[in-house]
Amino acid sequence: MPELLQFAFSGLTVGAVYALVALGFTLIYNASDVVNFAQGEFVMLGGMITVFLHLAGLPVPVAAFAAILITVLVGLALYAFAIDLARGSGAVQIIIITIGASIFLRGVAQVVFDKRFHALPPWFGSEPIRLGGAAILPQSLVVLTGAALIVALIFLLIDRTILGRAILATATNRLAARLVGIPVRRIVALSFALSAAIGAVAGLLVTPITLTSYDVGTLMALKGFAAAMLGGMGSAPGAIVGGVLLGLAESFGAGLISSKYKDAIAFLIILFTLFVRPQGLFGKKSTERV
Amino acid sequence: MERLLRSRWALVLALAFVLAALPLVFPSNYYFRVAALVNIFALAAIGLNLLMGYAGQVSLGHAGFMGIGAYAVAIGASRFGLNGAVAMLAGAAIAGLLAFIVGRPILRLKGHYLAVATLGLGLLISMALTNEAGWTGGPDGMAVPRLELFGTRLRGPDTWYMITAGALVLGVILALNLIESPTGRAMRAIHDSEIAARVVGVDVAAYKLKIFVISAIYASIAGSLMAFLNGHITPDGTAGFLRSVELVTMVVLGGLGSVLGAIVGAAMLVILPQALTIFHEYEHLLLGLIIMASMILLPRGVIPSLLARLRGGGA
Repeated sequence: MPELLQFAFSGLTVGAVYALVALGFTLIYNASDVVNFAQGEFVMLGGMITVFLHLAGLPVPVAAFAAILITVLVGLALYAFAIDLARGSGAVQIIIITIGASIFLRGVAQVVFDKRFHALPPWFGSEPIRLGGAAILPQSLVVLTGAALIVALIFLLIDRTILGRAILATATNRLAARLVGIPVRRIVALSFALSAAIGAVAGLLVTPITLTSYDVGTLMALKGFAAAMLGGMGSAPGAIVGGVLLGLAESFGAGLISSKYKDAIAFLIILFTLFVRPQGLFGKKSTERV
Repeated sequence: MERLLRSRWALVLALAFVLAALPLVFPSNYYFRVAALVNIFALAAIGLNLLMGYAGQVSLGHAGFMGIGAYAVAIGASRFGLNGAVAMLAGAAIAGLLAFIVGRPILRLKGHYLAVATLGLGLLISMALTNEAGWTGGPDGMAVPRLELFGTRLRGPDTWYMITAGALVLGVILALNLIESPTGRAMRAIHDSEIAARVVGVDVAAYKLKIFVISAIYASIAGSLMAFLNGHITPDGTAGFLRSVELVTMVVLGGLGSVLGAIVGAAMLVILPQALTIFHEYEHLLLGLIIMASMILLPRGVIPSLLARLRGGGA
């Protein structure tokens, strides 16, 4: 039993990070139909910039704040210098551009930082908390709380503010949104900035547990994308459920079946889910208009 | 000019001529090697282009099939003592069979769901190749025994240039014939509108599956040839996600739905990074920039853009 509890906790922790990445995917996808494969690089940047600013002598909170800010700027640049220039291109072209951007950002990180693994000190020490025979790192609780806070903030933003209404309107119908005077391009830019911020926060929260390096972004993007698809593309609750499910599946798969194949188990589950429910768990069944 | 570009035999003849003439100007073995790589990736890109450009289905995991072809010749020759050519055919059969089995459920998916499913398939293949170290040598890869045909060992980039050039011409002929066949017309109908195609009686699922299997076989053969050329293979180098991305970029960069485009796209994406290896440190950075810039500047691809210009200016 204690093992199962242990698997559940580590699964929830990783799942929370996947959920944040998937939420970032969903925000950008809803605002602009863009599937942003560079989403994982935001996570990498959040972790790596914090690490290196901290190494340069800044206290962690200041370094973390600066990292979020820089990552947001990178997100805005990605929109302005790549996505916006390719307006009107097909979905495949845009996907390739964002993959190119992720390769580019990885290349930059490799040159600016280095190719080694780095850690951050945990926020509240590394003494594990015992609970029912399982050991929980305090940092796991930080990740879970942080993720819950971000999700709550995003839902409040969307639900309760005029800006959120504008985002929702843009997601529903871009042309109609423009006609009622919503600055659609600025909303899309905002969605990139928000996603970058979410990714960066996820990165700096999880770095004390999982370590970070210049190339952690790729797998993070693939998992986040998969989580978003598992939940149903475009559904924010779906993204969160998808992320948590993926994290749990990985953790239990690694613990009970084979740790070598933990990534494989995650993708097998996704394949089977899509075979049974081609629109994802929370997605609406789409009908093609003729 | 336009008709010349569109006529299929003119294309085959021109390609054969260029491929035969190139060795005359190659100063060193290095050039043969790079050109052979271009042939190999062009072959894989042509197969993928049938799927993407004609049937309109994206695959973000096609390198997985290249990996199957590459490891089939390596494992077949070193563990089972098969002749390399037989192992290559066995690899193509395995890749085709796998595509046939997973193709039906995967191809039911649309758009981004199809992208994630094919991506997952490619990742699963590359993870299997990485983890089954007893068979594949793990992440460091394994050596590929030289191909022996009629008692001679085939080695040297110039020999492999000739072989891959032959394979490319053959691949182009088969692809062009397929495009002009009833299957090709059905594929284009599916690309334009799946519903309309179904309404006029095209068995959409069956045709998609057929093309998926064919494109997997193209990729597998290309993977086998790459294994023979390089003499050493790794899971990432053959089946990795980055390879899949490169293949997709080649197809789109050259021009969706253009056989010549797939060759041009492959040539650009193989030769450009080779030219950039002097900036070793900046390799990823530059590769990312190239991919982004080519999609922003030429979203429709080189060959279709060229054709449009010829049509506008010349006719």
